[in-house]
Amino acid sequence: MKFAILVFPGSSCDVDMHHAINEVLGEKADYVWHTEANLEDFDAVIIPSGSSYGDYLRPGALAKGSPAVESLISFVESKKPVLGVGNGFQILTELHLLPGAFLQNKELLFKSGNAKLKVENADSIFTSEYDEGQEITIPFAQAYGNYYVDKTTLAELNENGQITFTYKDENDNGSTEKIAGVLNEYGNVLGILPLPERAIEELIGGTDGLPLFKSILKRWNENNVNQS
Amino acid sequence: MTKVNVYVTLRESVVDPQGIATTDALKNMGFAEVTSVRIGKLIELEIDETTTDIDARVKEMCDKLLINKVIEDYRYEIEEA
Repeated sequence: MKFAILVFPGSSCDVDMHHAINEVLGEKADYVWHTEANLEDFDAVIIPSGSSYGDYLRPGALAKGSPAVESLISFVESKKPVLGVGNGFQILTELHLLPGAFLQNKELLFKSGNAKLKVENADSIFTSEYDEGQEITIPFAQAYGNYYVDKTTLAELNENGQITFTYKDENDNGSTEKIAGVLNEYGNVLGILPLPERAIEELIGGTDGLPLFKSILKRWNENNVNQS
Repeated sequence: MTKVNVYVTLRESVVDPQGIATTDALKNMGFAEVTSVRIGKLIELEIDETTTDIDARVKEMCDKLLINKVIEDYRYEIEEA
């Protein structure tokens, strides 16, 4: 399976993601610089975390002007999986490919550590290798981690099962309903604020992030069997 | 050159942690009359004066990039030369 890691100026978790896919998942990931306009040859796109464009204006906002955005939108429309982690999640909300927006943490501080998350929906491209209700520990690092959606959108998210992860502890940064991860309506785009690529080997403190990548691969394998 | 000031504010439904912290600080300093502070930002645009339909262009800039409608409102004023 071929993953594109879409890199913007200021992305900084792209190398971790590359390691997670190539060395741990055992699949192929290539860096794709944001000026590239072609994503068609890939099976999945990952937007890594970091501070694209220095978080200027709003985190994720200036990425909207990148040439790769048009092909990213076509990729999403083609129903292939797109994962945005941390700042990647913020970029996807700024592009309106995911609902909501991000505000400064309610404590007004950058925060990092290990967050306890609950898997709210284990029936998606990205979460089928988890159990519903499973508690997982995923590292996080963010200053703008306060996820906001209005009441109408929240009701829709609940109704459609789009909320995939919530915080089980006090690391929610003020997020609406303690949301840590959401899907788009179709279910092929996931944004998660904590960083699953930092929890893929026992050596670095845990493997609770690995099932997310295994879920994507599993769905891809299933689809390929069906097609052949 | 035409100058346009875009004032960006958080939508009423959005909690403003900076504003809350600033309200508390003002109260601690003796400004008991302050009941609320909301913090926004000012974006100053300089636009080529030959541009026709500045209003439409500024609105488009706001909608496409300068503001995020999910959390922000805006208003703008064009400074006459």
